[in-house]
Amino acid sequence: MMFEYETLKVIWWLLMGALFIGFAIADGMDMGVGALMPFMGKTNDERQRIVDAVAPHWDGNQVWLITAGAAIFAAWPPVYGAAFSGFYLALLLVLFSLFMRPTAFDYRPKFSSTRWQTSWDWALFAGSFIPALIFGVAFGNLLLGVPFRLDSMMHSHYQGSWIFALLPLLNPFALLCGVLSAAMLMLHGAAWLQWRETGAISEKARKVVPYLGLVVIATFAIAGVCVWLWIDGFRLVSQPDPNGLPLPLDKEVVVAQGAWLDVYSREPLSILAPLAGFGGAMLAVLASLARRPAFAFLMTSVTIAGVILTAGFSMFPFVLPSSIDPVSSLTMWDGTSSYMTLNIMFWVVAIFLPIVLSYTLWCYWRMWPRAGENIEPSHY
Amino acid sequence: MIFDDTFIALSRLQFAATGMYHFIFVPLTLGLAWVVFMMEAVYVMTDKVIYRDMAKFWGKLFGINFALGVATGLTMEFQFGMNWQYYSHYVGDVFGAPLAIEGLMAFFLESTFVGLFFLGWNRLSKRQHLTATFLMALGSNLSALWILVANGWMQFPVGAEFNPETMRMEMASFTELVLNPVAQVKFVHTVAAGYCTATFFVLGISAWYMIRGRDLAFAKRSFAVATAFGIASVLSVIVLGDESGYTLGEVQKVKLAAIEAEYHTEKAPSSFSVIALPDDKAMERKYSVDVPWLMGVIATRSFDEEVKGIKDLKIEHEHRIRQGQIAVASLDKLRAKTATDEDRAAWEQTKGDLGYGLLLKRYVENVADASDADIAAAVEDSIPSVWPVYFSFRIMVYAGFLMAVLVATSLALVIRRTIQNHPRFLWVIVFSIPLPWLASEAGWVVAEYGRQPWAIGEVLPVFLATSQLTATDLMISLAGFVLFYTILLVIGMYLMVHFARKGPSSLGTGRYHDEGRPGHKAAN
Repeated sequence: MMFEYETLKVIWWLLMGALFIGFAIADGMDMGVGALMPFMGKTNDERQRIVDAVAPHWDGNQVWLITAGAAIFAAWPPVYGAAFSGFYLALLLVLFSLFMRPTAFDYRPKFSSTRWQTSWDWALFAGSFIPALIFGVAFGNLLLGVPFRLDSMMHSHYQGSWIFALLPLLNPFALLCGVLSAAMLMLHGAAWLQWRETGAISEKARKVVPYLGLVVIATFAIAGVCVWLWIDGFRLVSQPDPNGLPLPLDKEVVVAQGAWLDVYSREPLSILAPLAGFGGAMLAVLASLARRPAFAFLMTSVTIAGVILTAGFSMFPFVLPSSIDPVSSLTMWDGTSSYMTLNIMFWVVAIFLPIVLSYTLWCYWRMWPRAGENIEPSHY
Repeated sequence: MIFDDTFIALSRLQFAATGMYHFIFVPLTLGLAWVVFMMEAVYVMTDKVIYRDMAKFWGKLFGINFALGVATGLTMEFQFGMNWQYYSHYVGDVFGAPLAIEGLMAFFLESTFVGLFFLGWNRLSKRQHLTATFLMALGSNLSALWILVANGWMQFPVGAEFNPETMRMEMASFTELVLNPVAQVKFVHTVAAGYCTATFFVLGISAWYMIRGRDLAFAKRSFAVATAFGIASVLSVIVLGDESGYTLGEVQKVKLAAIEAEYHTEKAPSSFSVIALPDDKAMERKYSVDVPWLMGVIATRSFDEEVKGIKDLKIEHEHRIRQGQIAVASLDKLRAKTATDEDRAAWEQTKGDLGYGLLLKRYVENVADASDADIAAAVEDSIPSVWPVYFSFRIMVYAGFLMAVLVATSLALVIRRTIQNHPRFLWVIVFSIPLPWLASEAGWVVAEYGRQPWAIGEVLPVFLATSQLTATDLMISLAGFVLFYTILLVIGMYLMVHFARKGPSSLGTGRYHDEGRPGHKAAN
C-alpha cells in the first residue's frame, strides 16, 4: 500500500499522539505510584508492597518514553533537535530524576535497613514526581511558544543565555500545566493502587482519588480559560503544498489571542477531547468511590488521552511554535522526515506496535495474581 | 558563525564521558544475559536445582548492572537532540530510524521481559520463565544491532543522499543502511566483546570462590559454563576484529592509517607495528618494532595492495577540500535559487566533497574565500591525532589476545577437571576481570576518536554538528552527569562487591556457604 506524503504526515502526527498517550498511560501509572508511595505507605513493608504493584512492569513502561523520543528523532528530526536543545536544562532535570528510578526499583529491596530503604523511597519519589511535573511544564511552554529561531541553514538559535533558561520556563501558566500533569498521573497511579492492592493501601488510594480528581478538573479548566482569554495562539496563514518537501521557513504565521481554540469551531468533533478529559476524571472519581477501581483506572486512562489530545488538537498543525520568530515554528507538515523515512517507519510501527502490545498484555496477565496467599514475592 | 573551540571540546567530552560510562554496563548485560539463559536452560533440561540457583545468583548481579545500564542509556538517546541539534537536523532522517526501530523491536522486548525474569520465578512455568529469559537476552542483543547500524552509518554513511532543498541527508535505501558492511562487522565484534566481558566476570568471581574453597560445586559449574561460552566469544571477537580491519582498509583509510601510525605509504604488503612512539610533528613512527607483511594482509587480504599513509591521504584531502569549496558555493546558489545550469553541473560533479568543503567553515564564513593557509589548516584537521588511536588499538588487541590465552588455559583445566587445584592461575583470572572492559573502552576510542574530525564520516564535521548552547551550559550538564554517574557507580559497585562476596548464599536457600551459621541473617 502506498500513501501520499500528506497522508503519511497526518498518520505520523496521530502516531506521535498515540506514543505520548501510551507513555502517559503506561509509564504515567508507575510514575504516579512512585510519587504517591512515600505518603501512602506508612511502614517499610507497605512501601515495598506499593513498589511491588508496579515493579514487574515499570521498565517496559519506560520504553514508551524512549520510543517516543526516538520516533520524534526519526519522523520529526528538526523538532527533535530544536526542542531537545531548546528545553536543555528541563531535560537535564528529567534525566537526572530518571536516573534514580531503575536504581531505586532494583536496589531498594537489596538491604533491609530502614535508612537504605527510605533513601531509595525518596529517590523513587523524585524520579517519578519531577518528570511528571516537568513534562506538563514543557507542554505549557509549547502552548506559549519556545524562544528559538531557525537560520537559513537550519541551525537553531535561542534567545538569551541558556544558563537561566529554566527560569522563564517556570512561568505561572506552565507551572499550572505541570500541576495538571503531575496530578493526572498521580490520579492514574492512585486508581491503579486501589485496583491492584487490598486492605489499607487500597483504602488509602480510594481516599486520595477524589482530591486528585478535583485538582485535575480544576487545573484543566483554568488552563482552558487561560488559552481562551490570555494566551496567544498561532495560526497558519499560508503554507507550501503539504505534499511537497518539508521546508519550515516557507510559510506565513500570525499570532493571535485565542487562536489555539480555532480548531474547535473548524472541526466541532474535536471538542470530544476536552470532554473526555473532564468526563474521564469525574467518572474515575465516582467509580473509585463506588469501589469499581478497574473502571476508575479505565477512566483515568481516558482522562490522560483526552488531556493530551486536547493539547495536540489545539496546536494542530503546530508542534513546536516559536515565540520569537513565528515563521520558524515547526508544524507537522514542515518539521518532518522525507517521504521514504516516514513510509518505512510507518510500516515498522504497524508491524511492531501490535506485537509489543500483545506481549505486554501477556506479561500483565501472568503477573496479575497478587503476592501473598499462594505466591511468594521474589526480588531482584 | 563563530565556533568556540572550548564549547566544541566540551560537547565532545560530554558525549565521550556519557558514552564510556554507559559502556561500562552494556557489555556485561549483553553477555551475562546469555550466560544466565544457558544456566537456566541446563536447569530446565536436567532439573538440577543448582543450575537454577546459578541462574538466579548471576541474574542478581546482572540486575545490579542492568539498572545502571538503563539509567545511563537514557542520556545517550536524549543528548543527540540536546547537544547536537544540527546533527539531529542534518542526519535525523537517516540516523533516527535505527534508533526508533531499536526502541520498538529491542528495548520493549528486553525491558518487558526483564521484569518477568526477576519477579516471575514463582509465577511462570519453567519453560515460560526460560522463554522470558531468552527474550530478555535477545532484546538486549537486538538493541546492540540497531545501535551499531546507527553507529556504523556515522562511520560509513551509505544509503543516503544530500538534499540541497531541505539542507540535510535523506534516506535513499533502507536496505543499504541496514546491510552496511561496517555496521554488520561492528555488531558482531561488539556483542562478542560483550560475551567476553560476561565470561571474565563469571570466571573471575567463580575463581575467587574456588580459591577460598567455598561453594565448590556452584563455582566449578559456573566456571565451566563461562569457559565454554568464553572460548566461542573470544575467538569470534578476534576473528571479527580482523574482519573489521579488512572493512576499515576498504572504507575508513584514515582510521586505519592512524591505527598503524602509517605516516608514509609503505611498499605492499605493509608491516604491523607492535609498539612504537608515533610523532605527528615529525610524521614518523619512532622506535617501532615491526612485523613485516602482517598489516597489509589484514587490511587488504592481499600481498600487492598498499595501505595508504597519512601523507598521501592529506594530498587526497586537499584536493577534496578544494572540490568541496565548489560544492559549497554551488549549493549556496542552489538554495538562493540563483543557480545557473553551470552551477548545477558543478554541484552534481562536486557534491560528494561537500563535507570536505564544510571543514573550512571553521576558518571562514564564506568557504569560497578560504586562503591557502585556511585550506592547509583544514587538511591538518582532516586527520585525527595519531597517538590516541594507535595506543588504544594496541590496548584492545593485546588485551584480546591475553584473554584468548587465559580462556584457552581455563578450558584445558576444566576439561582435565583440575581447575580448582591451580590457585595461582585462579588468582590471575580474578585479576583479569577488568581486561574486557579495558578492551571495550579502548575499542570505542579507536572507533570514535579515529572518526575525527567527522560526526558523520566525510559528510558532517563535528564542529558543525553541535547545538547553539554556551560552554557554561555544557559545564553544568557535564558536572551533573559526572556527579550523578559517579554516585550511582559507587553504589552499584558496592552492591556488586557485596553480593559477589556473599555468593549464592545471598539467595537464602540454606544450601550455600556459611548459611545456618549463628547470627547469619537471610537476605533477599
